[in-house]
Amino acid sequence: MRKLLISIVMFLVPVLAFPAGGGDEHLESVFINLRDKASLQRGAKLFSNYCLSCHSAAYSRYNRVGKDLGISDENIKEHLMFAGEKVGDLMTTTMPVEDAQRWFGVAPPDLSLIARSRTPDWLYTYMKSFYIDDSSPSGWNNTVFENVAMPNVLYGLQGNQLAVYETNGDNKVFAGFEMEENTGTMTEVEFDQAVTDLVNFLVYLGEPAVLKRYKIGVFVLLFLVVLLIPCYLMKKEYWRDVH
Amino acid sequence: MKAFIDWMDERFPLTKVWEEHLSKYYAPKNFNFWYYFGSLALLILVNQIVTGIFLTMHYKPDAALAFASVEYIMRDVPWGWLMRYLHAIGASMFFVVVYLHMFRGLIYGSYRGPRELVWIIGCIIFVALMAEAFMGYLLPWGNMSFWGAQVIISLFGAIPVIGEGLTEWIRGDFVISDATLNRFFAFHVIMMPLILVFLVFLHIVALHQVGSNNPDGIEIKKNKDENGIPLDGIPFHPYYTVKDIVGVIVFLMIFLGIVFFAPTFFGLFLEKDNFTPANALQTPPHIVPLWYFTPFYSILRAVVWDFLPGGAKLWGVIAMGLSIVVIFLLPWLDRSPVKSIRYKGWIYKTALVLFIIAFFILAYLGFKAPADTDLFWFDNTRWAQICMFIYFGFFLLMPIYSKMDPTKPVPDRVTFSKGGH
Repeated sequence: MRKLLISIVMFLVPVLAFPAGGGDEHLESVFINLRDKASLQRGAKLFSNYCLSCHSAAYSRYNRVGKDLGISDENIKEHLMFAGEKVGDLMTTTMPVEDAQRWFGVAPPDLSLIARSRTPDWLYTYMKSFYIDDSSPSGWNNTVFENVAMPNVLYGLQGNQLAVYETNGDNKVFAGFEMEENTGTMTEVEFDQAVTDLVNFLVYLGEPAVLKRYKIGVFVLLFLVVLLIPCYLMKKEYWRDVH
Repeated sequence: MKAFIDWMDERFPLTKVWEEHLSKYYAPKNFNFWYYFGSLALLILVNQIVTGIFLTMHYKPDAALAFASVEYIMRDVPWGWLMRYLHAIGASMFFVVVYLHMFRGLIYGSYRGPRELVWIIGCIIFVALMAEAFMGYLLPWGNMSFWGAQVIISLFGAIPVIGEGLTEWIRGDFVISDATLNRFFAFHVIMMPLILVFLVFLHIVALHQVGSNNPDGIEIKKNKDENGIPLDGIPFHPYYTVKDIVGVIVFLMIFLGIVFFAPTFFGLFLEKDNFTPANALQTPPHIVPLWYFTPFYSILRAVVWDFLPGGAKLWGVIAMGLSIVVIFLLPWLDRSPVKSIRYKGWIYKTALVLFIIAFFILAYLGFKAPADTDLFWFDNTRWAQICMFIYFGFFLLMPIYSKMDPTKPVPDRVTFSKGGH
């Protein structure tokens, strides 16, 4: 028994000792629920309205999203597709890469895997951290991703967010955000929910098979537990005569 | 059935092989927990080959298509995500199992005579496996794939005179490119698997020639009954086949638990930065190898003494190479009169504990920036240097301390551990 414990500890030591190194930014945490179809559908709508004109999700197909999120092909065509694609097409963007580079200095990255390469918390905080900055080419800046080329595409919903600074000796220190009155169509709570929906959708988009994976995984592990019993008894029976 | 087997036996040594390697291969009866990992390694080898075949059907070894083809496998190919996860996590589990398998050999003296060749073939398998994993890691063509390969291949550039030419020869280009991806694909799916399967075959043949060691480090062939069967031996089949089946199921619970519920394993098995396509213009913030290479990567980076002739980088590469070469030499470094840790004394046990701690610290530091201070007192480079000296000290001082070690008398017959069966 003692040896078994030692073995278990030895298995776990490397696991516990090496948490993946995260960034130092202070990130807000977002609650992801891939079973919340309504949230995913709202996220998909925001995604196609606000993201897909510049960003692609080129590893994903419209009708796969529809199938997974419970949206019919007709609704997909009507609400998610704007450029006359076919429902089986990949979710590419209509903006040519050369134009994008000319306009933004950098081509907007593909978003299929952005939730896996950036983490949901990063995306959630990032989308909420745009502020007006007249010195930047787009007129916007971001506290999570400094001098990002992307403008705040959701400003119509969120409103004009301003950064407030405190002077600390000679240094200007970021103190928080302030909202210009009556500039956005959503309240803060509504906007947080909208960004949550969007990030929820991006997490889905990062790995569409994830719910299927969990479901099958439960059955696989249950099967192994059941299989273990006769196999263990068989081992015991054979080993009865070994002393 | 009998007639068929007779027909076969006249033409092929079917019964002979079955008896020699399974039904009449006598293994010590006191194998414990540590003896599961050989059969588990074989299981993962099969898993890697089978899932690899399915991945090859859909993967495109082309710098312009590779990344997208992996995502195509993950999204559009039926069960593609499962094949990909089984393969990618299988690679990490292969190293988990192989490290535990090697550790077993270390603590029970399985490398000692007459099993030197079993150990050496095993070490070659370890090196071949590292090559296989390294080349496989380039194939998803993610940004960490690209930069990881960039860093490791550039190490060859430290070799005087031929270094630069050698790196170009390996890459087939001046940079990591489509040419590199194509040849790594060829090596990963054909050359290395053939070598690995052949080496594993040799490993088992050599083992079955001399017979398995056991936790007591006693040669069971010294005590035989009137029929020439070792008194402490039991036929591998059925005893260890039924026992290994139990081990396989428990292992599959862990392996498949990770595959289905935590495939990235908190960024350790599939790294965040590898979900971005390879980009020669965008270096990831920290270029780290996968976890199974980090101890050796730490040794590489621990050598920072630029006064050495040829420069620190060259000696870092040499130190990293030697850290693997010393493992080969183990059969001749250990001069203890006993094989198993059960009968070794406090000196060896202290050395072993220090070695394990040093190995884990090296593994940990491989993820960290050398100039940072993630532990206490010293920065990471200094800790890596300390651990590197412990690592080499464990091996190179072994001829001395293993002789001084106060060992216990070894019994004539094997014993069961207190935990029993």
